[in-house]
Amino acid sequence: MTNPPVRHDADIIVVGAGPAGSCAAIAAARAGRSVILIERGPFPGSKNMYGGVVYPRILDELVPSWWETMPVQRWVVKRSTMLLSDTGALNVDFRANAWGAPPYNGATAYRPDFDNWLANHAVEAGARLVCSTTVTGLLRDSTGRIQGVSTDRPDGDLHAPIVIACDGVNSFLAKESGLYPHTDASNFTLGVKETLALPKHVIDERFGVRDNQGVDIEILGGTSGVNGGGFIYTNLDTVALGVVLKLPKLAAQQKRPEQIIAELKRHPAVAPLIEGAEVKEYSAHVIPEAGLEMMPTMVADGMLVAGDAAALCLAAGIWLEGVNFAMASGMYAGQAAAEAIAKNDVSSRGLSGYTDRLEKTFVLRDHKKLRKVPHLVLSDRVQHKYPAFVAGVVERVFRVDNPHPKPGVRRIVREERKKAGIGLLDLLRDGWTGMRGFG
Amino acid sequence: MSPTARIERDSAWPEISFEERIGTAEFRIHEKAHITVNGDSCRGCTTRECVVACPANLFVPTSDGGILFNYENCFECGTCYLVCNKEGAISWTYPEGGYGIVFHRT
Ligand SMILES: Cc1cc2nc3c(=O)[nH]c(=O)nc-3n(C[C@H](O)[C@H](O)[C@H](O)COP(=O)(O)OP(=O)(O)OC[C@H]3O[C@@H](n4cnc5c(N)ncnc54)[C@H](O)[C@@H]3O)c2cc1C
Ligand code: SF4
Ligand code: SF4
Repeated sequence: MTNPPVRHDADIIVVGAGPAGSCAAIAAARAGRSVILIERGPFPGSKNMYGGVVYPRILDELVPSWWETMPVQRWVVKRSTMLLSDTGALNVDFRANAWGAPPYNGATAYRPDFDNWLANHAVEAGARLVCSTTVTGLLRDSTGRIQGVSTDRPDGDLHAPIVIACDGVNSFLAKESGLYPHTDASNFTLGVKETLALPKHVIDERFGVRDNQGVDIEILGGTSGVNGGGFIYTNLDTVALGVVLKLPKLAAQQKRPEQIIAELKRHPAVAPLIEGAEVKEYSAHVIPEAGLEMMPTMVADGMLVAGDAAALCLAAGIWLEGVNFAMASGMYAGQAAAEAIAKNDVSSRGLSGYTDRLEKTFVLRDHKKLRKVPHLVLSDRVQHKYPAFVAGVVERVFRVDNPHPKPGVRRIVREERKKAGIGLLDLLRDGWTGMRGFG
Repeated sequence: MSPTARIERDSAWPEISFEERIGTAEFRIHEKAHITVNGDSCRGCTTRECVVACPANLFVPTSDGGILFNYENCFECGTCYLVCNKEGAISWTYPEGGYGIVFHRT
């Protein structure tokens, strides 16, 4: 059966102007293709919330010297990991002032600013950005081949031989196309955060930074017994404080998300950092947390899936990186789509340049290397027993209990392990998984 | 920290009410609901995952065993349909383009 030829509105339609979508649009437009970039929010970034740090190294390829124009709050020069027991805290800090100078490493930024800035680069590259427009489904011809998308605008159908779904964690396009059958709640966490206002000099003093230097703190423990974690990031004159909570665990207990934040704010290690701060904005968003295990098929005839829509966010304890994975996968999708148009083959085979690139780069290599980590970090033992165990050991190592002599560390470890209810075999097994997982 | 010190410190930021909290976010409300909840399904639901998990606190149990839902102050996060175990209880879409949550310093 032959189809009447469809009039195409563009070579490529990109759905969602988050970091994945904008990078897909930049890459495809630079390769000379016509691109429509559709965003449901009134402006790019208006629907997007995250913890707070972007690692834009991958932008070197698309936006050289990005640091000169990117809307940055602070450059991260200090990374901390905080292990919280009910009353104690173990902090591991790393500081590198070199990260505060070109070519930089990571920066705190507000997503409505950052995403808007990135989408502007897509427009400058020649893409047509259409905001305030929700894509409602895929258009197919009588053979089932994808022909574009329908939208909620009057006469809003848009036709193109390739659709790149960059529509984020709930990706209805990936679900509709059949690429992504699961919506198992245990693969997702809910992130809630408060943007807390404090004068700049107060933030500088409390966090030990100056000028536009910033701090990134990842927190393990402190989530009121709900598996998850917390974060604190410094912006110029606000602090972003939030928690990520494993959905089924959150739903199976009694404390609401804002109460869990309130308890974290009262923790003796956290309270002095944010005392007196006023809540400027409360926000929430879901994270695809399970990494490799939950990734959908990312290529079909006439369609590619990138960013959170493909579950490419890396959430592995000390790392919470999604924006860089979204930017990279979006860029590779845009390049592969442009190639497919050039060789006139938009079938999944013609588009396979996408997965080739993902396999060869950090996008899938990091996920493969760290495949066991998301589950380990969110496991009951790591979540509920290890913080108290580690804090207990360190407390006793540093406690001066004269006239008693110092106990041996081995004895402390044994006693605290038993007190925390951790079996020796489990500890060894988790240690082994952790070492291999992070290695 | 002594208990009194702790109480003094707690009062350093009086916990805000939920109304004040949600009032810090901007919602451009469309007259048409983008999410609807089927009260009949909820009446038989004992687990009520949505009530504790919705970050916007939009699912309110009623005295007759149902659920009162208002779509207006919704973050469009997806938590409710992910945690609800009852097929058909929640029908979930995004609001019309340009409407709904608008973040600023997130
Ligand atoms: C609490 C939290 C903390 C995080 N912390 C960090 C961090 O510190 N660093 C980091 O790198 N990552 C972090 N992440 C992860 C990161 O935010 C995501 O991985 C990243 O935003 C994914 O980018 P994306 O472009 O794939 O999707 P998104 O940023 O979600 O963009 C999707 C876009 O598509 C649009 N859209 C969706 N559906 C439609 C439709 N039907 N029609 C039109 N438009 C549509 C949306 O409005 C949105 O603009 C965090 C996430 C959360 C929730
Ligand atoms: S929405 Fe789902 S979880 Fe909530 S009460 Fe109804 S059936 Fe139960
Ligand atoms: S999408 Fe999120 S904020 Fe909206 S009703 Fe569902 S759980 Fe609540």
